[in-house]
Amino acid sequence: MNIIEKILSKAAGMNEVVPDQIIDAKIDYAMINEITGYLVANYFRDVGAKKVWDPNRIAIILDHTIPAPTAEAAELHRIVRAFAREFSIPGFYDVGRGGVCHQVMMEKGYVKPGEVIVGADSHTVTYGSLGAFSTGIGSTEMTSVFITGRLWFKVPRVVKIDVSGEFSKFVGAKDLFLHVAKEIGFSGATYMGLEFGGSTVKDMSVSSRMTLCNMAIEVGAKAGIVEPDDKTTNYVKSKTSDSFTLLKSDKDAEYERTMDIDVTNMSPQVACPDAVDNVTTVSELDNIELDQIYLGSCTNGRIQDLQVAANILKGKKVSTRTRLIVVPASQEIFVEAMNTGLIQTFVEAGAAIATASCGACYGGHLGILASGETCLSTTNRNFIGRMGDPNSKLYLSSPAVAAASALTGQITDPSKLR
Amino acid sequence: MIVDANVLKYGDDINTDLIIPGKYLVITDEKRLGQHAMDGIDPDFYNKSRNGSILVVGENFGSGSSREQAPISLKNAGVKCIVAKSFARIFYRNAINIGLPILECADLWSEVRDGDTLSIVLEQGTITNKMASRIFQANPLPPFILDIIQHGGLLNKLKKSL
Repeated sequence: MNIIEKILSKAAGMNEVVPDQIIDAKIDYAMINEITGYLVANYFRDVGAKKVWDPNRIAIILDHTIPAPTAEAAELHRIVRAFAREFSIPGFYDVGRGGVCHQVMMEKGYVKPGEVIVGADSHTVTYGSLGAFSTGIGSTEMTSVFITGRLWFKVPRVVKIDVSGEFSKFVGAKDLFLHVAKEIGFSGATYMGLEFGGSTVKDMSVSSRMTLCNMAIEVGAKAGIVEPDDKTTNYVKSKTSDSFTLLKSDKDAEYERTMDIDVTNMSPQVACPDAVDNVTTVSELDNIELDQIYLGSCTNGRIQDLQVAANILKGKKVSTRTRLIVVPASQEIFVEAMNTGLIQTFVEAGAAIATASCGACYGGHLGILASGETCLSTTNRNFIGRMGDPNSKLYLSSPAVAAASALTGQITDPSKLR
Repeated sequence: MIVDANVLKYGDDINTDLIIPGKYLVITDEKRLGQHAMDGIDPDFYNKSRNGSILVVGENFGSGSSREQAPISLKNAGVKCIVAKSFARIFYRNAINIGLPILECADLWSEVRDGDTLSIVLEQGTITNKMASRIFQANPLPPFILDIIQHGGLLNKLKKSL
């Protein structure tokens, strides 16, 4: 069996599962934010449930609309806050306490290898970076999980992506995924799992593996996953004293298909409007003027990402033809970015810093685009109107390309900076 | 269950941000969500659909976010059933769970026009285009999914079990 089949068979209490089999799985952890979670809280009352299955296996994290930009958003906060208090949920993160839900889930030790985690947010696939099976679900199903602690799954067919070669300077996990998206296509992995492996992935930090798995949903995948190793173990042990099991794919594991990618000589990749698979290399994009650059999100808002950008920006100024918005993915990252001087670098360069949150990524607030504006963002989706007006344009890139472009005001290859 | 309504036809890859843009996710009133359904692709959608419609769409309908507001807004805009060439995974489950019938049928899309009247028998997955007197066969829904839809959604099933 491959790693996903092993995790799902364990969760279903079965010796073996096969692709397309429908199973009933035990859930190890469940997460909601305020956007999806207020529906869960309302549904929970509607059905007359009196208690949650296990308050210690639930996280409630405000992240999309923090601090509340409108009274309507504040109402969502009120509903989930009251729910968290009523059911004594220890894993509740209010405004100023957590940050983007997926980053908080990882930092607080709620994600462990071999476990099954569901979240009412599509980027829940991020936790595959620690060898867990994790996927996004809707609010109605989450209500059922909150009550029963179980959920049905169809065992996915899995595509193995074997990555070899060493990245050039300024090239990394984001570029690799955008390349994969171009190869697989926007809906090319619908209902499937993506297992990332090979020497390049083994050499990657957990932070980079998060970027890879986070974007699995962008090609329709149900899960992205990396086999756990020493890096995984060290990361998890630094976050929790709970025990966990490292499940790995068998040598003779079966896959839907295998893709081999060599990253040697890969140049920075950019997804152009309006689809994540509309990918080209940065050098192909001449004179794309940018009104805004956005650095942040569960995809690329971690300390490693901020460090890469700060190294490029240090002692320089953001071009007066554009604006840069930096949003650390969590409060912990914000503190580390202050302690290491990164925040100082960004502010001195002329960037606006926003509170740890989803920010403008989903088009809510903190950097919404006007009609006709163009933005380069380190986030994960560039759907029409994703960050604001339907007539705005969104390009996606790595933090390195974002920082270089902030200095010039147009899409720029960081290796070409003088 | 039989669904009769007129067709509203759209193309491939209609994602959740087109169905209900992020700025509307703070709206808690389902009727108001319905008024903004498909806002990203057809601002006049609500007026076209409010008296009942069957959405006929292409590949990968509902890709992107896990927001249940996407099927909720469509249901509250009068959509009675969605027939797609294919659906994105989370949207597929969400629609069923809120009791919005959906079917996958590869052949229908190219054979219907906006405004055609369809009659759908959900149990059998048969779709009749009354304008052209033609019958199409969708992939039949598995019994446990049909059961959720016949209950009017997963919450009604949960209520019974508690």
